[in-house]
Amino acid sequence: MTKYTSFRMRTLSFLLDRRAIWIIATLAIAVILTALVSIGIGEIFMTPDAVVKALFGYGTDMNELVVKQFRFPRIAMAILAGAALAVSGAILQGMIRNPLASPDILGITWGGALATIGFLTVFSDKANALTVSIQWQPLASFIGAVLAGFLVFILSWKNGISPIRLVLIGIGLTAVLQALTTLLMIIGPIYRASEANIWITGSVHGTNGQDVLTLLPWVAVLLVLLMVYSRRVNLQELGDDVAKGAGAMLLRDRIILLFISTGLAGGAVAFAGGVGFVGLMAPHIARKLVGSSFGVLVPVSALVGSMLVMIADLIGRTLFSPLEVPAGVFTAAIGAPYFIYLLYRSRNK
Amino acid sequence: MYALQTEDLTLGYGEHTVIDELNLLIPKGEMSVLIGGNGCGKSTLLRSLARLLKPHSGGIVLDGEAISNKPTKEIARKMAILPQSPMAPEGLTVLQLVKQGRYPYQTWLSQWSEADEQAVQKALRATHMEEFAERNVDSLSGGQRQRAWIALTLAQDTDIILLDEPTTYLDLAHQVEVLDLLFELNKEDNRTILMVLHDLNLACRYADHIIAVKDKGIYDQGRPEDIVNEQLVQQVFGLRSDIIKDPIFGTPLCVPHGKGRMVHVREPADI
Repeated sequence: MTKYTSFRMRTLSFLLDRRAIWIIATLAIAVILTALVSIGIGEIFMTPDAVVKALFGYGTDMNELVVKQFRFPRIAMAILAGAALAVSGAILQGMIRNPLASPDILGITWGGALATIGFLTVFSDKANALTVSIQWQPLASFIGAVLAGFLVFILSWKNGISPIRLVLIGIGLTAVLQALTTLLMIIGPIYRASEANIWITGSVHGTNGQDVLTLLPWVAVLLVLLMVYSRRVNLQELGDDVAKGAGAMLLRDRIILLFISTGLAGGAVAFAGGVGFVGLMAPHIARKLVGSSFGVLVPVSALVGSMLVMIADLIGRTLFSPLEVPAGVFTAAIGAPYFIYLLYRSRNK
Repeated sequence: MYALQTEDLTLGYGEHTVIDELNLLIPKGEMSVLIGGNGCGKSTLLRSLARLLKPHSGGIVLDGEAISNKPTKEIARKMAILPQSPMAPEGLTVLQLVKQGRYPYQTWLSQWSEADEQAVQKALRATHMEEFAERNVDSLSGGQRQRAWIALTLAQDTDIILLDEPTTYLDLAHQVEVLDLLFELNKEDNRTILMVLHDLNLACRYADHIIAVKDKGIYDQGRPEDIVNEQLVQQVFGLRSDIIKDPIFGTPLCVPHGKGRMVHVREPADI
């Protein structure tokens, strides 16, 4: 038992994988450092220590304004959304026992997209001005994403949920939602279509502190709940028969896990839009790093997801500066070839 | 004494009935083997005994109580099942796999108690898998992998172990290795073992009790030397054969009729 350390304290006991703890610590530090560098880069350049000073209120007024008002919320959102999407994907991949599962495939992202364009359409007056505050858009997107998640769930119900049926229905529903989204974009005015398009691609541009404070507790609560549930995911990954034989309440566990997964993806999508492929790639990279034990896969996936979105956002706002490219363009630019690579590998298996 | 008992058990898929009003007793502390032709329902029966399949009607009794009335975790502390050719996710180590047999004993706070650790160590030792504990399951040979899965069911620390074709896809040496291990568990630890086996000769050699499944019910059951004969093989497998005595173990040995090469030398005039 050299690789593991047992942790025991009265009724509390865990088995810890030492190497995984090092990987988690290293990744966490890397995420923090990247965040500091990323906050410093832009129109006004700041060194990481100037960023730290500004964050803690010892910087120049200008720096503090830029950091606190604009860049920090944006980077924090990239971290949160990346983590939420990654973990949502990790849950689905574990539950469905298929490495190609992700919130994009289950239609969750497109549910959010349709709700967003629907919101922009329904709440516009004749002059095409919004009749309600744009502040409500994340709520609409969230509801759309969660509804899509549950619709997939209900449609694939037949004496329980079979993972493969879930995927097939998810792909079907995604196609329908995509079509409806396109329809709404075509019949509406052109600028609304382009607004919706940026949302669909996914961007953390224009995030404010309130957005971060709204999403943070939601993601935190779901992540804690998930950690409690992690051993059930481990068991489910061994297959239905093994899990049932060992005493798992498969159906109840699946409903709860699906709820957590949809909740996380819905939350991320509500604020950051349909940042693609993070939910697919991050758990994969994490599995390469720490194996498939879910208790360590969740934090590692979350950190990898944060890193991906943060870097995609950094590239998006510096590469073609002053033009901003949505972060989702770059996650997709890496993600799509990665997906093909995965398919190619599974073909050779 | 009986470990498991079925009462008018009827099983099937949709409209199709596979097992019809079966009353079966599984003797305690013995090694029982279900045999039968392809699709006769022996795996279905095993899965329903392990509550993996809901019966159409009738029930299963474990320790004098219907399993449908018991919490599933409580059953998991009394009876373990190893399904047919299970698959481990990529990158899972043997320890991480075997550890999950402790699920029915754990709570969300207590996930690795002293008792858990001891049971897992014991399971690894019994299956001779200690040295592979930190290896990835996908890097093991077929026999080792199957031993790792058996270790998982052992970690569950149950009196009853059900196995669905534990020797499928294994070569002969590994088949014997796995069956020897189960034999030890039965004879030394006194655990009740019930499994489905395809190889009639190995079944006759290891089983105390053979249950031949046919026509949605039991054709015959008992000690292999008492019940396995030419007529049983003809009725259950639809195969003509000679049953001889195994020259080493003395258990029934089935030599199927059919075509094949004849090696003994005969004069052409004899034919």
